[in-house]
Amino acid sequence: MSAHRRYRLAGRIARHALLAVSATFALLPFVWMISLSLKPPDEIFQPDFHLWPKTFVGVENYRVALTAAPMLRFLLNGVFVCATIFALQLMVCVPCAYALAKMRFRGRDTLFSAVLVALLVPPQALAIPHFVLLHVFGLLDTYAALILPWIISAFGIFLLRQFFRSIPGEIIHAARLDGLGEIEIIWRIMMPMSAPALAAFGVFSVVAHWNDLFWPLIAVRTEDISTPALGILLFRDDEAGQFLGPLMAGATIIVAPLLLAFLLAQRRFIDGLATTAMK
Amino acid sequence: MSLTASIQTPIRSAVRRRHRTEEAAIGWLAVSPALILLICLLFGPAAAVILFSFTDWQLGAATFRFIGTENFAALWADPPFWKALINTCLYVAIVVPGTVGLGLATALLIEASPALRGFYRAVHFLPVMSTMSAMAVVWGTMLHPSIGLVNRALAAFGVTGVNWLRDEHTALLALALIGIWQGFGFAMVLFVSGLKAVPQQLYDAAAVDGADGVLDRLRIVTLPMLGPVTMFVVILTASRAFEVFDSVRVLTQGGPNYASEVLLNRLYSESFDYLRTGYGAALTVVYLAIVIALTLAQARFIERRVHYS
Repeated sequence: MSAHRRYRLAGRIARHALLAVSATFALLPFVWMISLSLKPPDEIFQPDFHLWPKTFVGVENYRVALTAAPMLRFLLNGVFVCATIFALQLMVCVPCAYALAKMRFRGRDTLFSAVLVALLVPPQALAIPHFVLLHVFGLLDTYAALILPWIISAFGIFLLRQFFRSIPGEIIHAARLDGLGEIEIIWRIMMPMSAPALAAFGVFSVVAHWNDLFWPLIAVRTEDISTPALGILLFRDDEAGQFLGPLMAGATIIVAPLLLAFLLAQRRFIDGLATTAMK
Repeated sequence: MSLTASIQTPIRSAVRRRHRTEEAAIGWLAVSPALILLICLLFGPAAAVILFSFTDWQLGAATFRFIGTENFAALWADPPFWKALINTCLYVAIVVPGTVGLGLATALLIEASPALRGFYRAVHFLPVMSTMSAMAVVWGTMLHPSIGLVNRALAAFGVTGVNWLRDEHTALLALALIGIWQGFGFAMVLFVSGLKAVPQQLYDAAAVDGADGVLDRLRIVTLPMLGPVTMFVVILTASRAFEVFDSVRVLTQGGPNYASEVLLNRLYSESFDYLRTGYGAALTVVYLAIVIALTLAQARFIERRVHYS
């Protein structure tokens, strides 16, 4: 073996060894979580640790997690809340972004400046007034409380406007000459052509709201309308102490949907989050 | 010819004018839902927070009065607030280098060869996608003094671990470790896209100049070319770290003795646990000011960077 080839082989081994270390760091909590979710309490508290349980109680732990707390309910709430938020965001953002990108009217630039200013405001800063507003309308502790504050997304308007601008004006002119109305232009031309931008915005929106804890913690007290991120905490408070196995099973159930979706559409997810970060 | 032109011009401009008013009407119709919601859900509330910060209102109370800058004075004299501010900065100061360093290292290693590239990328990215509140519960058991994985691993090397989340000296550090765990995959992805943008010719040119070792290539070509991306990742990581809340809320609630208190947790406690709305609003205004300053600095920086390239 030549010196050069030996050098390259050593490099390859070093690469995999180092990446194995960082991958272990990334994966360890997941492995630990799943391992504990399959164990009975006495094994969890035993001084020696085994990755795979001696007594397998996985089925039992997941059953407890699913029945002691409305885990499926949390997941359905998460799906419902995230889907509704995203649908409403699109209904508000798409026409606005289209008008800002492709139409001429007085006040347009002022409005766009307002969108840029709105981008600066972190959502947590609006928690108190949103809470008061929902309290006044008697909407606290309802689905509406989880959804309403998010239906306007300055970020969505900004992102979609940037993308719409890159679509040639001639296409729109041609469509207008063909007698298409503005709504049809948005629906039949802009939306299909902007699929990558819409997907990026969708990934960003769903990931943010599925994982959000801050706002649900404020807006919701009832288990029945809790989203996943909040649900796991309610479950923990109920089952404190001895129920580590079911608690870990519950955590697995909470993180699984988004992680599975990610594994199925890795490229989309990564590209989507990277584009939205780079905007 | 000139006659028809002179007749047509006013007609044409009239048509165009009507066309333009029509376009303006449709334009306003299209933006009006967004505009109304921007005012009701964003600018109005932002103004309300500032207004609340000058009152002594407590949530649920029927009346309040304006007390000027008293809330801000109280904030200034409040040790937990300073603890939260300092801890947040400390947290950022630990998480940023950790996240950026680990993100850069993994990106370089992943892109060094095509073998298992997709697998490594997905694995490192998993924490980014995971629900922090659930994973914080998991981290809580990993950092548990007796049954936790961390202390068990240390015990294997003969080291006695501490109660990481209950010890004043380690609580913030443990939270920062969790922060790095969750964020470095995102940094990795941004660095990977930065690496893809490095032109191959630069490596070829470096090779011609005799710099063809891995470290030479890294020092002469890769790292300088990653400069702008690195700054971007640093800024993004810093602003995300500044918003740390979930792990603190789930694991320590800012304790022990404010050792892991951070701004957003303080904001939450004052506003929604103790319902001191006016005071919480003052805290929010300070938080808002810092975030806006950071974001503006970031925008200016990115703008300047774009000019260079």
